[in-house]
Amino acid sequence: MDATTLQTIANQRRADAVTMIHRANTGHTGGSMSSLDILTTLYYAVLSVRPQEPHWPERDRFLLSKGHSVEGYLAVLADRGFFPKAELATFSMAGSRLIGHPNNQTPGVEVCTGALGHGLSVGVGMAIAAKRLQKSYRTFVLMGDGEQAEGSVWEAAMAGANYQLDNLYAIIDRNGLQISGATEDVMALEDFADKWRAFGWDVAEAAGNDPQSLLTYFETPRPAGKPHCLIARTIKGKGLPFAENRKDWHHKVPSAEQLLEAYAALGVKGVDWA
Amino acid sequence: MKTEAARMAFTRTLLALAREDQTIFATATDSRGSVTLNEFADALPAQFVECGIAEQNAIGIAAGLANAGIRPFVCGPACFFSMRSAEQVKVDIAYSHMNVKVIGVSGGVSYGALGMSHHATQDIALFRATPGLEIFIPADGPQTVALTKYLAKSSEPAYVRMGRGAVPNVYEEPAPFAPGKANKLREGSDAAIIACGEMVYHALKAAQALAEEGIAVSVYDMHTLRPLDEAAILEAAETGFVVTVEEHNIHGGLGGAVAEVLSQEKPTRMRILGLPDAKHFTGNSAEVFAHYGLTAEGIAQAVRKGR
Repeated sequence: MDATTLQTIANQRRADAVTMIHRANTGHTGGSMSSLDILTTLYYAVLSVRPQEPHWPERDRFLLSKGHSVEGYLAVLADRGFFPKAELATFSMAGSRLIGHPNNQTPGVEVCTGALGHGLSVGVGMAIAAKRLQKSYRTFVLMGDGEQAEGSVWEAAMAGANYQLDNLYAIIDRNGLQISGATEDVMALEDFADKWRAFGWDVAEAAGNDPQSLLTYFETPRPAGKPHCLIARTIKGKGLPFAENRKDWHHKVPSAEQLLEAYAALGVKGVDWA
Repeated sequence: MKTEAARMAFTRTLLALAREDQTIFATATDSRGSVTLNEFADALPAQFVECGIAEQNAIGIAAGLANAGIRPFVCGPACFFSMRSAEQVKVDIAYSHMNVKVIGVSGGVSYGALGMSHHATQDIALFRATPGLEIFIPADGPQTVALTKYLAKSSEPAYVRMGRGAVPNVYEEPAPFAPGKANKLREGSDAAIIACGEMVYHALKAAQALAEEGIAVSVYDMHTLRPLDEAAILEAAETGFVVTVEEHNIHGGLGGAVAEVLSQEKPTRMRILGLPDAKHFTGNSAEVFAHYGLTAEGIAQAVRKGR
């Protein structure tokens, strides 16, 4: 799939996500928007998965460690056919399995995430399992940049390098903002790439809101013997003119007018499930 | 009398099972010595994962292994797995329903004079309030063997707490063990003692002493804290007085579990014996037990006073 098509799909999923948040009157708008080009590139062009057979043993594994960006993730899973798209209308409604963080009662979701700093450890376990069981699946973990302050991320980083997990990808949605403000003001990360290099990882950077940049990264062979870290530079709230790069849009909910503004900016007419 | 440390009964059983089943894995947190996993690590390196001193990571890794169909036993000190990695146990294992067995060794006050940093006396309270985990405290080596065989077959997430030192065998091999079903070890209608773990042996000794005084006491080994054997608790209450004994804080453990059942279903006089809600007296575990009356005589005294 080419980058232009991926961009179109990503914007449709943005419309899905922002509609879910508006209808539920709750959600994490900023992070869902920043991560959607990464999620779309992975699920439509990179991951080997079978939506009709979500537990297929050979599937590539994906973990949304930054579980609060669940709206975009659920929109992608539904559009790929893991569950009926109409179910997106139940997001955050009483009794729904589609809740504010990934829940593995949802087809396609491997483990429950949402408590930050857990995903990479689980991904290390999945990658060790692939090596020990001689399986060729790869494991991808999407983390937030604010999440990097969790110490357990670095426990997992040490283990990934220790076990030379070149079948493991840590992708960081580097949008530069967290709930209280800029990451560099809350708990500075830079020089961030050097930190990952120092932990023994193969580190690269990409434009995280540009599917072509992401495709190029995933299509290029990476060095063997090391786990891979992709720092994907993104814009929080990407695609929504009223939300881009604004920390208050971490979990602000768009109004009816803003929803229409979002559709216009994204170049979509609306959603086909609501 | 035969004695054996539960952790050794566990590791010899696990190794035998893992030799026959390549999906059984053990993980350690620089704890292969303290758990007694050295032989496992040497014999089956492809089924062993060293996680370093990083309990949070170890639990997450185990969840990832389980996702691929592996059946991991995560092994390390109970004090660290029940607190340092409590959130990973809650989210990655219990909430996610991953088939991981968390094996906390040297639980309770096994580490004695190392102090409260190394005591695990809140673990049962914590995990009893964490839905989705079976909870076991074996009484001795033979029961640990039977429990380990069950765990290797079960697909339920579980937390097991076992002690460090050798303890007298309560059972002969093969020990009777059914998860969620207490073992009634002694019959008596004057009072009932419900105990778990190492305290089962002391409870039996107390019952023997009391029998010589003409007081007939039932003794139950409540090796499973979840699912809880409510029928056994209600049966114990028929005696009119129930004493619980555990190597755990008096809040939220076995005594709390029994009280929750009885206060709602069959109000019965009780006495909860355990470790106080205070900084612990320091000493080896026998000395700590003696200090707090977690001995045959202490238990017998509680029965005499209360009935």
